Amino acid sequence: MGILRWRAEKLPTVIRKDILNDTRVVTGASDALVEFRDVQFFRGDRAILDGLSLTIPRGKVTAIMGGSGCGKTTLLNLIGGRLRPSAGQVLVDGVSVPGLNTRDLFALRKRMGMLFQNGALLTDLDVFENVAFPIREHKRLPEPILRNVVLMKLEAVGLRGARDLMPAELSGGMARRVALARTISLEPMMVMYDEPFTGLDPISKGVIAKLIRELNTGLGITSILVSHDVADACAISDYAYLIGSGRVIGQGTPRQMQESAVDEVRQFMDGLPDGPVPYRYPAPGYLDDLLQGRRT
Amino acid sequence: MNPLRWLGKYVIDSIQGLGRASLFLLEVVSGSRKLVRRFDLVVQQVFAVGVLTLLIIVVSGLFVGMVLGLQGYHTLAKFGAADSLGLLVALSLVRELGPVVTALLFAGRAGSALTAEIGLMKATEQLAGMEMMAVNPIERVIAPRLVAGIIAMPLLATMFSAIGVLGGQLIGVGLLGVDSGAFWSQMQSGVSFHEDVLNGVIKSIVFGVVVTWIAVFQGHESVPTSEGVSRATNRTVVYSSLAVLALDFIMTALMFK
Amino acid sequence: MIQRRQLELWVGLFVAAGLLALAMLAFRVGNLASGAVTNGYSVKAEFSDIGGLKVRAPVTLAGVRVGRVSAISLDPSNYEAVVTMELDGRYNNIPVDTSASILTSGLLGEQYVGLDPGGASQYLKNGSSIQITQSALVLEKIISQFLFSMASKSGSHKQQ
Repeated sequence: MGILRWRAEKLPTVIRKDILNDTRVVTGASDALVEFRDVQFFRGDRAILDGLSLTIPRGKVTAIMGGSGCGKTTLLNLIGGRLRPSAGQVLVDGVSVPGLNTRDLFALRKRMGMLFQNGALLTDLDVFENVAFPIREHKRLPEPILRNVVLMKLEAVGLRGARDLMPAELSGGMARRVALARTISLEPMMVMYDEPFTGLDPISKGVIAKLIRELNTGLGITSILVSHDVADACAISDYAYLIGSGRVIGQGTPRQMQESAVDEVRQFMDGLPDGPVPYRYPAPGYLDDLLQGRRT
Repeated sequence: MNPLRWLGKYVIDSIQGLGRASLFLLEVVSGSRKLVRRFDLVVQQVFAVGVLTLLIIVVSGLFVGMVLGLQGYHTLAKFGAADSLGLLVALSLVRELGPVVTALLFAGRAGSALTAEIGLMKATEQLAGMEMMAVNPIERVIAPRLVAGIIAMPLLATMFSAIGVLGGQLIGVGLLGVDSGAFWSQMQSGVSFHEDVLNGVIKSIVFGVVVTWIAVFQGHESVPTSEGVSRATNRTVVYSSLAVLALDFIMTALMFK
Repeated sequence: MIQRRQLELWVGLFVAAGLLALAMLAFRVGNLASGAVTNGYSVKAEFSDIGGLKVRAPVTLAGVRVGRVSAISLDPSNYEAVVTMELDGRYNNIPVDTSASILTSGLLGEQYVGLDPGGASQYLKNGSSIQITQSALVLEKIISQFLFSMASKSGSHKQQ
């Protein structure tokens, strides 16, 4: 990863500038914060994303749904610049992410937050220090102000009282809330949620859903929600994409999605075991397979 | 796969791995420039890799010194040279055993812990999380550990040697009745600070670089699963032990003619 | 988590212990203390054979260490070994007619230079050289001398 980026920086500046300028001209100030254009991404020979195009509007909650392993997390990593697409463009706020050098990429990342599946809290720091971490790294705030900022963020997720606990002492839901407080500590323009509901009890799920909504309406943070949990994702999102075999196979408001007549969308929304996504893993004929056992 | 192809693949993979590790080291070294302002991170890691390794180093040093005293005495006594026991113990420790045994223990205690820690940080997405918070994990996590390893190793090795000499004295003088004056004076006239002690320190600094480098690299490269981390930890101990022994041979050949 | 102060204290102790160990290796185990000759002066001596004498070997007088060998070279004009010794400045009253011999500590021990003081009223100073020297005893030479004398003795017995 780091090496790749290092190599990219060695590209002649002229070319890099061309890429940057080009994308800026094309997009301008649109109301799309994130835009994917014909993005392809290969891992080995396998295409994870294959000609994916989508736009994520500013100030909305957008859900990206899809089966396990369909490339949802890859998508977030492409937005964050941790991966580079094999082909196509990834634009964030009008800037092509793969064309950025390390410094510009880090500047962009300060403006976006990402909530990881299990929180990704730093296990050697307590809750307070975890939330303070990005602020300490990037800003020189006097200690009393820093303390207030951290306590405000913790209060926003209702965990001001848990400031002295270590991450190991937190439940899954609490860890995710602390991680959320940390994600918003630098006041980002957008937050990416990677499977925020997985493995939570109904109460914690409700809390997280409420927080995502509140942050969106209260602070105007653009939210990208990646999930395979149809009901929860639809309940809080303004717009939804369904991804399958590396492409967008359905999109619309949650209501439109629920009522869609497309087979792939129906199968996913209703959780049908068989359909366009087959129940069986490809295999030779059943009878032949069984008979072969007798012959040998 | 036929053996020839297997061998070819193995060689190419190894060379590629070496290249990756070297580029990684380059990245870490360039990332460690910023540590001047964040020296507290290094102090924290010196505690983790140095202070916590101290006990095993002290105990092992004492025992190695005592064994050297015991073995050396019986061999030297056959030639009527038991007075040279101090010299034998001190030279063995300062030149070879101090740096080498310390490096091997360090690989087992601190190196494996480093790999497991970094591997788990990767597996629990802590490193990815840092990257997304615009914090470079190479600078924030890896570089302080490498620097701390390079600082801690020579300190541990000199402590090992010093304790070992005391252990040898305990057995030689205390138990076997070698004359205390002869023990120390033979040692002093035979051990050169510039040639023996300093070369030993140089050895341990090199071992510090290599062992910590292998440890952080294996942690950073590990497959982020529990099995992957355990394999990486395993590799750290095996690779760094082999590297220490091989490098020791080369450095001994260069230093002590 | 350990308090920051405590952590720094431990690391400080660790570094101090390491430096202490290094000091012990330098002064107690190594020769940094005894090897550093304070305001010493150097004298030369020529030997026809130095045996196994090494640089840094001790120079003693009456068994007391007064300096060390600082260099060994060969004089190409007469094929003799030139041994340069660094003597401690405290011992500045060694007579000029002192003799130097190469001795061995014990049967198999290290070789060193032993000084035997003469009776002159002038003292050795920086750059002076010792005239009377006795070379190292080389075991093979002694044995061959011994065998030769035995052979000549038995030869004379036969003649009688």
